[in-house]
Amino acid sequence: MDQSPMFETPLFETHVGSPRNRVDGRLKVTGAAPYAAEFTAPDLAYGYVVSGAIAKGKITNIDTSAAMAVPGVVQVFTHQNRPRTAWRSGAYQDEVAPPGKPFRPLYDEHIVYSGQPVALVVAEDFEIARYAASLVRVTYEAEKHQTDVAKVLGEAYVPPKKRSGITPPPKPKGDSEAAFGASPVKVESEYRIAVEHHNPMEMHATTVVWEGGGRITVHDKIQGAQNSQSYITHVFGLSNDDVRVISPFVGGAFGSGLRPQYQLFLAVMAALELKRSVRVTLTRDQMFTMGYRPDGVQNVALGANPDARLQSIRHDLIAGTSTFEDYQEATVNWSVMLYRCDNATATQKLVKIDTYTPADMRAPGAPTGLFAMESAMDELSYKLGIDPVQLRLRNYSEVDEANGKKLTSKELRAAYQIGAERFGWARRNPVPRSMKEGRELIGWGMATGAWEAQMARTAARAVLTADGRLEVASATADIGTGTYTILTQIGADALGLPMEKVTARIGDSSLPKSPVEGGSWTAASAGTAVRLACDTVRQQLFKYARGMDNSPIANADLAQVAFQGERIALISDPSRFVTIADAMRAGGVDRIEAEETAVPDKLVQARYSSYTHSAVFVEVRVDEELGQVRVTRLVDAVAAGKIINPKTARSQILGGVVFGISMALHEESMPDHNLGRFMNHNLAEYHVPVNADIHDIDVIFVEEQDELASPIGVKGLGEIGIVGTAAAIANAVFHATGKRIRELPITIDKVIGTKETA
Amino acid sequence: MADLDLPLRQGFAPDAGISQALPDDIPITLTINGERRELHVRPWTTLLDLLREDLSLYGTKKGCDHGQCGSCTVLIDGQRMNSCLALAVTKDGCEVTTIEGLAAPDGTLHPMQEAFIEHDAFQCGYCTPGQICSAVGLLKEGHARTPEEIREMMSGNICRCGAYTNIVDAIEDVMAKEGAK
Repeated sequence: MDQSPMFETPLFETHVGSPRNRVDGRLKVTGAAPYAAEFTAPDLAYGYVVSGAIAKGKITNIDTSAAMAVPGVVQVFTHQNRPRTAWRSGAYQDEVAPPGKPFRPLYDEHIVYSGQPVALVVAEDFEIARYAASLVRVTYEAEKHQTDVAKVLGEAYVPPKKRSGITPPPKPKGDSEAAFGASPVKVESEYRIAVEHHNPMEMHATTVVWEGGGRITVHDKIQGAQNSQSYITHVFGLSNDDVRVISPFVGGAFGSGLRPQYQLFLAVMAALELKRSVRVTLTRDQMFTMGYRPDGVQNVALGANPDARLQSIRHDLIAGTSTFEDYQEATVNWSVMLYRCDNATATQKLVKIDTYTPADMRAPGAPTGLFAMESAMDELSYKLGIDPVQLRLRNYSEVDEANGKKLTSKELRAAYQIGAERFGWARRNPVPRSMKEGRELIGWGMATGAWEAQMARTAARAVLTADGRLEVASATADIGTGTYTILTQIGADALGLPMEKVTARIGDSSLPKSPVEGGSWTAASAGTAVRLACDTVRQQLFKYARGMDNSPIANADLAQVAFQGERIALISDPSRFVTIADAMRAGGVDRIEAEETAVPDKLVQARYSSYTHSAVFVEVRVDEELGQVRVTRLVDAVAAGKIINPKTARSQILGGVVFGISMALHEESMPDHNLGRFMNHNLAEYHVPVNADIHDIDVIFVEEQDELASPIGVKGLGEIGIVGTAAAIANAVFHATGKRIRELPITIDKVIGTKETA
Repeated sequence: MADLDLPLRQGFAPDAGISQALPDDIPITLTINGERRELHVRPWTTLLDLLREDLSLYGTKKGCDHGQCGSCTVLIDGQRMNSCLALAVTKDGCEVTTIEGLAAPDGTLHPMQEAFIEHDAFQCGYCTPGQICSAVGLLKEGHARTPEEIREMMSGNICRCGAYTNIVDAIEDVMAKEGAK
């Protein structure tokens, strides 16, 4: 039974908190779930994007005559013939855009990054469009470009405008420099990660259905249908009534679907101009011509006393961004936030390079920053001769060390303990290279993970109809996260219905207002909104039930009844009840509808910080001769408040962990700085884990009560699984080999080429 | 199921004097999900694009178009295969089973589909049809007996959501039940 102070009456939990299969499971396993490129329309035309070949400069000529001559080609759009769109770059700013001037596809002759779309060929079918695209001849005047962050570190600047919604680095505490100098034990090193591209399995696509009269229905690969809708209306000067975005299924995104991608612009432009339905699907190599997790140069310096108490923390980052936007993510904050220390400084600067703007990618900033910090903590533990878990416990903090605020909850201590026990950490021989089996060195490493538990203003509607069915709706998204399922569970419990009688509708811009699905805030936000809307329906329904003639619950108040088994029954005497159908009949209504908005509690936000935490324990096996690393065993103990659905929640963490393993060992967008382009733009050369790379992953949810993080006690799970995983793997590789590898991914060359330091 | 008499893509007569002539359609016969279909396809059309764009069988997914991700896996004469790497004309006379053809006509799911739901062996669902077709093909091959072998032989199907351990659990579950029969 949940008893949050926000809700008037307790909820009897039949479904919430219990493992449930995905309500969209059947659609997904039968191939019936429609993704953006799978909506059809009469007379559908196909668009194929021509990508630019240089990183910087301008187009001097585009010859489209050969393409136009192919039978079946409808039009070739370039910057020379594109229809008029908004001239103000601000019109292109979407809900989550960083400060700057967003990229405007086909705007003019200027090229600002390699792979930039330079033309859209629209034809009667896909193959004709693809073939004709190969006939478009573009000539360029190239200018000198710079895509290498390391070459321009001297130009680093503090972004003048902070990105909305991103916590900037905390104010310095004490004097970290002096304290570092005075510390008897210290570590200081530079860390790098590779650029990564999201690469969801579904490539970005948009189908625009021409409804006539200037109205369009858009199926876009997007994490927030209303973000696409508002982008379209602003850029093309349309009204919300003209544009409806319906995206019920998103084939993964991991952040790539937060901002509208350029295929949305191109498809809408073509549809409006041609007055017909158009679909544009990007190719896999074009998936490398959009946002990415930024590379950066990080420096971490830690000073400690021999008693293992931290005296100084310093974490500096210089990260790349595009020439046109100042992308920012919270990378260095975590190092200050996590551990008790009087002297701490964290700085974050940017350098401009000639690529597309980086983008939020699963837990943006956190796994990058904590890879550096948690590697440094591991190194410090060896210098101090203390167990890595003990070092973290010695410096454990019960407050947000970045701002001194209290925490809504923090069961990280329990996570360390339960995770260590499950893993068998006590059996670890601390000496590097001490564990071996056959030709493989075995290493055990650990790290801490953290992510913000956020809530965002979100509205939801609940409609109960006379047939006893409930629909809950919000314009949020399910990108594989399980949103459909948890909203169904929450709705079912709120009105005492079986899940089969509840339908969740999301992914439609016409539904109650919701921000993009991201940042792990959706379950807390949309979940609370659904609960609030259902509560209003409950109250109405209860009024009808109590007011009916000879009502068995006539004298009860709302707190004395339970909504269970499609009935409203007295808690003290369940034989006295009114069925939902009877209550509605008594009220003379065939539907009860309510819309409510969940808003974060400003008072709570002023006084508290809220985070999810994790303790990650990893076993690696390293074949030193081959330089091969395998993650054979991983335990992730997660403290993330209330778990609505242990089954889909576990999957969220599994997915995050696989992303973390990928970050540690596989993923790397390899630039050729001479060309200013990522060269391995396909899934054979851009490595992500396959089934054989993934072994035993044990997910533990640590019990954590939190009534402040969100009214339903939820903290969110989409990000925390990746955070800390890469650091734990790097630490395990050190334990196995004595080699401290500070640059991700840990590939064969680095395992073989790095010198032992222990 | 798409209407059998539905004409494939609109025809368009090449204008006189234009050099970019398109290749002619070629007649082929495919049995798709048990249904025999006479089709006219261009030689450059892959089996994947034929299924999706001409026959509206969108259950088969395009994830890379290069045979690198496995999202487009279908069963051709019972063998799992990347449909993006097969030109449709080369499969004349073949039997093709897609994800839409796995469940029984009455809607009863294939045991592999059931197991995927039960083990939460997917998240976004995009690679799922390919994973399931691949798993059905794997079982028919009969080579995989241990979890390690399942992992190895399912490695042609990428799941970016990271559902791998649940996919292996689902396949083991079906294998165990089939073995028990």
